[in-house]
Amino acid sequence: MAPSVVLVTGVSRFIGAHLAARLAADPSIDRVLGVDTIPPPRELLRGMGRAEFIRADIRNPLIAKVITSAEVDTVVHTSLSSSPAASGGRVAMKEMNVIGTMQLLAACQRSPRVRRLVLKSTTAVYGSSPRDPAIFTETMAPKALPAGGYAKDAVEIEGYVRGFGRRRPDVSVTVLRFANFIGPRIDTALTRYFALPVVPTVLGYDARMQLLHSEDALAVLEQASRQDLPGVFNVGAPGVLLLSQAIRRAGRVQVSMPSMVVGPASRLFRGARLVDMTPDQMRFLNFGRVVDTDRLRDTFGFTPRWTTMQAFDDFVHGHKLRPMISTAQVDVVEKGVLAAARALT
Amino acid sequence: MTEARVIPLHTEPTRTDQMRPEPTRARPRREPSRSVVRQEPAPRRTDTAARPNDRQPLPLPDSIVDPGRDEDLSPVRVVRRPSVAPEQPEALPDAAGGSELEDRLSDLIGFLRRRVSGDYHVDEFGFDREFADHIVMPVLRPLYERWFRVETIGMSNVPATGGALLVANHSGTLPIDAMMTTVALRDHHPSGRHLRMLGADLLFRTPMLGTISRKAGHTLACTPDAERLLNSNELVGVWPEGYKGVGKPFKDRYKLQRFGRGGFVSAAMRCGVPIIPCSIVGAEEIYPLIGDLKPLARLFGLPYFPITPTFPLLGPLGAVPLPSKWYIEFGEPIRTDRYTPSDADDPMLVFNITDQVRETIQQTLYRLLSQRRNAFTG
Repeated sequence: MAPSVVLVTGVSRFIGAHLAARLAADPSIDRVLGVDTIPPPRELLRGMGRAEFIRADIRNPLIAKVITSAEVDTVVHTSLSSSPAASGGRVAMKEMNVIGTMQLLAACQRSPRVRRLVLKSTTAVYGSSPRDPAIFTETMAPKALPAGGYAKDAVEIEGYVRGFGRRRPDVSVTVLRFANFIGPRIDTALTRYFALPVVPTVLGYDARMQLLHSEDALAVLEQASRQDLPGVFNVGAPGVLLLSQAIRRAGRVQVSMPSMVVGPASRLFRGARLVDMTPDQMRFLNFGRVVDTDRLRDTFGFTPRWTTMQAFDDFVHGHKLRPMISTAQVDVVEKGVLAAARALT
Repeated sequence: MTEARVIPLHTEPTRTDQMRPEPTRARPRREPSRSVVRQEPAPRRTDTAARPNDRQPLPLPDSIVDPGRDEDLSPVRVVRRPSVAPEQPEALPDAAGGSELEDRLSDLIGFLRRRVSGDYHVDEFGFDREFADHIVMPVLRPLYERWFRVETIGMSNVPATGGALLVANHSGTLPIDAMMTTVALRDHHPSGRHLRMLGADLLFRTPMLGTISRKAGHTLACTPDAERLLNSNELVGVWPEGYKGVGKPFKDRYKLQRFGRGGFVSAAMRCGVPIIPCSIVGAEEIYPLIGDLKPLARLFGLPYFPITPTFPLLGPLGAVPLPSKWYIEFGEPIRTDRYTPSDADDPMLVFNITDQVRETIQQTLYRLLSQRRNAFTG
C-alpha cells in the first residue's frame, strides 16, 4: 500500500530533510509533512520542494492534532539525536529523544489513520564491548545494555515502539538499526573526527568499523516508508574497516594516546569545539561494532550500493582530504630505496 | 605403556583407511642419523622467505565487494614447494643474489606502502591476512622451527578446504601451544590454512593483545562466532580446557582437564563439520608451573599468577620458555555431518562426542609420551 500522507520527524537535520525531499519528489504521495523544533537550514529547506515544514515540538501533545487533522498514514521517526551539543545538553537530548518518542507514539496510537511507523534506530543498541560476539544479528542482545547516552535512549525508544506495536497490531512497524553514517555530504561526529589533521586514538585498540553511506541510508528509509516491511533490520554496508586503516585511507596522521589521557584530551577537544565525542562513541572507537545484514538483504530486499570501504573513500574524496604524505612522495622514496639496493649489490 | 583401549563410537571404515595418520615429516627418532631431521628446517626457511614473492597482488581498492574469504591464496599452494633454487645462495652468481634481495625488498616496500595507505582488507572479524603473514608468522616461526623444533604428525587429517573444528589440549602457562599450532597449519599444511582460534574474553579485554589477536584472525569463544566461522568454511581452533588446562600445575602435566561444557561439539554438529582432535606434546615443559600466587592474580584480574622455576626469580629472563621438543599430532577427523542440527540439542549425544574427543586426545598424548625419551631432545 503506497502512502498518501507522510509525516517525517527531525527534518532540521540531514537524514530527515533529505528523506522528506525524496518523498516529496514522488507525485504519488499526496502530502509530505516535516516536523521539527527548529526550522531546517536554508540549503536543506530549498531541497525539500513541496514538503511542508511544521514547526512543532513532538514533546507537546499538539503533535496529535497535526497527525489527526492531516490524516497522516505513515510516520517516519528520524529525529533521534546522538549529539548532546547539537540538542542543547544531555538532559534536553534525552527529553527530546525519549519523551518526544513517547508523545509521538501516543499520538499515533490515537489516530486510526496511521498504518505504518518507521523508526530510525541505531546499531549502538548493541553497545561496544570485547565480551560480545564479533557480529550481531537482530536477535542478539549485548551482555550489558548500554549504560547511558544515545545508545540507552535508542534501547528505551525501541522498547516503547515494541509496546506500540503490541497495542496497535494493525500498524506495520519497521525498526531500522543503522550503522554509523558516512558520506561526502553528511556531517556527523565521525566525519568531523576523520577530518581532523591529526586523529587521536586510544593506544592498544583498533576498532572494527562498519559504516553506511548516507545515500544508502536514505534509500532504505524511503523504501521502508513506501512499503509494509515490518520487523527489525540491521542496516550497514558490507565489509569492515579498521579504525587505523580508515585513518590511513583518509591520509590523516594517527596519534595513539594511553587510555589515561584520553579523558582530559576529549574534554579539551569538546572545549575547542573540534569534535564532540560522547563516552559511547569513544567506546565505539575502541572496540567497534559489526552487524549482520542478511535480513536486510533477504527479507527487506535491499543491498547497499556502497561497501564500507567505498563509502569511506567517497567521504574522503567528497571532503577533499589531502593526504599528509602523498603517494608521489611514497613512490619517490620507494624508487630511491630500490635504486640504493641495486647500487649496493 | 600399553595402548589404551579407545572405543570408536563413530568411525567410518572407508575413511579410516584414507585418513590413517602418517607422519608428514620423517620421525627418525629411533634411527641414529638424527642430523637428517635437524637439517630439515633449513630449506623451509628459505622457502618461507621466498614465499611472499609468489603472493598475488592484493585486489585493487575499487574491486572490493566482500572481504574475500574464498579468494584463498591458492597460488601460494602451488608455488610453495619449488624453493630449491635459492637453497645455495653462496653458489649463485652475484647478480642473481642481488635480484633476489631486490625482489624481497620491493615486496617489503609494497607491503609497507599498502600499510601506509590503508590499502588492505580485513574480514568482519577483523582478520588481516597480510598482517598475519607478514608480521605475526615471522615472529612465531623462529620459535617454531629453532626453539621448539616442532614436528607435526597426521597433517593429512586436516581437510584442505571447508570448515573444520580443531580441538586441542591446552598447557604451558602461556598459550604458546595455540600459536605454534597456527604456524604448523599455515606453514606445513599443503593448503597453508589459517587457523581461526577462539580465545578467552580476557584476551580481547587486554588492550594490545586483543587488537593483535583480532588481526591475526582470532575471535571470542562464543557459539555465534564459532558457528559463523565454521559456516564460512574456516578452520577453527578451540582449546576447551581453557584456563584450567593452560594454568594447571606441572605435576598434573598431560592430564586433560574438563572439556568445557561441550559447546564446541554442538557448534560443530550444527554446522556439520568434522572435529579434528589435536594432541600437543612438549608445551607442558616450557614454563613448568610450580606455584600460583592467588592474591597477585586477584590483584591483576588474572586467572592465575604463575611461579615457574625461572619466572619471578630471574625477572624478565623468566619469560624465556624452556626449549622443549614438541610434537603436534592431528588425529583422525570425527565426522558430525551425519547428525541433524536438532541432535545438537541432545545433551547425552553431545557429552558422548565430547568424551570421545577427549579420550582420543588423552590416548594420543600417552602414546606420544611413551615414545618420547627426553622432554628436551625428543
